[in-house]
Amino acid sequence: MTATDKVWPWKLLLAGILILLAAGIWGSVSRIDYEWRWYRVPQYFLYKAEDAIKTPFDGVVKEVSASGRDAVVTLASLDGEQQKVTVDGETIKVDAGDDLFEGDTIGFVYEWNMGPLLTGLWTTLWISAVSSVFGLIIGLIAGLMKISKNYTVRTLAAIYVEVIRGTPLLVQIFIAYFFIGTVFNLDRNVAGIGALALFAGAYVAEIIRSGIQSIAKGQMEAARSLGMSLPQAMMDIILPQAFKRILPPLSGQFISLIKDSSLVSVIAITDLTKSGREIITSTFATFEIWLVVAAMYLIVTSVLSQFVFYLERRYRVSD
Amino acid sequence: MIKAENVTKIFTGRGVVVRAVDGVSTTVDKGEVVVVIGPSGSGKSTFIRCINGLEMFEEGHVYIDGVDIVDKKTNINKIRAEVGMVFQQFNLFPHKTVLENLTLAQMRVRKRKKKEAQDKARMLLVKVGIGEKENEYPSRLSGGQQQRVAIARALAMDPKVMLFDEPTSALDPEMVGEVLDVMKTLAKEGMTMMVVTHEMGFAREVADRVLFMDEGKMVEEGTPEHFFIAPREDRTKLFLKQVL
Ligand SMILES: Nc1ncnc2c1ncn2[C@@H]1O[C@H](COP(=O)(O)OP(=O)(O)O)[C@@H](O)[C@H]1O
Ligand SMILES: [Mg+2]
Repeated sequence: MTATDKVWPWKLLLAGILILLAAGIWGSVSRIDYEWRWYRVPQYFLYKAEDAIKTPFDGVVKEVSASGRDAVVTLASLDGEQQKVTVDGETIKVDAGDDLFEGDTIGFVYEWNMGPLLTGLWTTLWISAVSSVFGLIIGLIAGLMKISKNYTVRTLAAIYVEVIRGTPLLVQIFIAYFFIGTVFNLDRNVAGIGALALFAGAYVAEIIRSGIQSIAKGQMEAARSLGMSLPQAMMDIILPQAFKRILPPLSGQFISLIKDSSLVSVIAITDLTKSGREIITSTFATFEIWLVVAAMYLIVTSVLSQFVFYLERRYRVSD
Repeated sequence: MIKAENVTKIFTGRGVVVRAVDGVSTTVDKGEVVVVIGPSGSGKSTFIRCINGLEMFEEGHVYIDGVDIVDKKTNINKIRAEVGMVFQQFNLFPHKTVLENLTLAQMRVRKRKKKEAQDKARMLLVKVGIGEKENEYPSRLSGGQQQRVAIARALAMDPKVMLFDEPTSALDPEMVGEVLDVMKTLAKEGMTMMVVTHEMGFAREVADRVLFMDEGKMVEEGTPEHFFIAPREDRTKLFLKQVL
């Protein structure tokens, strides 16, 4: 393409194609007579929980005072014991001077709670984060083992990488939970995180190995010729440079792990995907929920991609 | 200072066996400047890399200040801290500033405090003529400047010996002089040096002794006068005719 080529006709074409696609999907969906219920979705993000506040003892209402939108009720028991409770001002059911018996409702309080979509997202995020950290550690060790001069060490790492890369993650998760998990009595979270970490580790090992080997041999020699030990040279000279080079593939791997973590829903870990399935069984809002779940994964992964992009630019200073 | 005894390095790979260094013996005394010359592939780099153990060799011994580097009990990192090395490709650390290139090993290996290491580094940068570049990254410097930083980095460890492996071969011709000048100053100050180079002018001017290597063997050894006026061996004569 030359510099004088106009880009706007192509943008127009792109917009046209996207609109056509959307219209096509819309058209097909309306033919199957699906009733969209988007209004049911927000409550699965956040919902307002109502909690009744009850009288703890027999006694009287001594005082009711307003505090913003809330009402503060002072109760006095028959033995003179006093207690203050706070309820939502609009729901108050008592007045000053009322006699109360233990268990009478004074009013209600409201609280915003995270719905299953948010708790599921949270589970997905922490499981991915913990697996990434362990995956990085395992991958670093296996990657260093792969470039070892020792045959046994090198081959052990190679076998690990081959086995993991040659089998499906879903099967690995089943083995981790139903086989290894049963033998060693592992919690499902431990089995799930373990499987994800070992899976990521194998890919990280390859990324780290190639990153280290892409750093010129002269760097290691220069460091060693100054009297630095092998670990010192690795930590101060090789790994920081390798890290800069492997940041893009490494972060791609971890972003993939967020998506791959959806597979742990098969061992009943309530991550975002499992939450989606559970909501559908009670609402039948199948289309809406899966679209929302997909959008949530997409938002998380693209925010992370942007962050990595920013890091890459910052690290480029010294080149 | 350096004593090499019958050093033999064999490379095996893809069925071929190369005796890259074949029974080379020599000594370098304190304050002496020894220049190693020879055609490409004659084993000069391999030999000089055996001196600080970057290349481990099959036969022979190298003694640095009387310590055998082949001995299992020898701490090779300690020896290398005493033996500075300058490479053809500079090998500066690209992710560190010029100053950090000079201070890192001082702090890690010599266990110097940051301040002390920086003072030493700045003094050496001024000495090699790039005092004003301490905060630059190596990629911002010319080849000649990079090589001078590399020399300063090696000197920062207070080495007893300096090894140079074709320090000017990767430089544009107009930058060769500035690097050779730094090396000449070092030699005048009494630094013990072993230099692999194709710069015959440098050899003639600075060397106390010249070694000529060919096909892994040390063919001839002598003073510059001996070499450039009356070489003994035919192979030496042929080589000198080609390069002079
Ligand atoms: N890492 C290596 N593996 C195999 N052969 C090598 C290696 N390094 C050097 N050689 C061989 O050893 C011989 C000497 O090489 P070198 O010491 O680099 O020579 P010079 O520095 O004099 O040009 C050459 O034949 C070269 O091909
Ligand atoms: Mg060479």
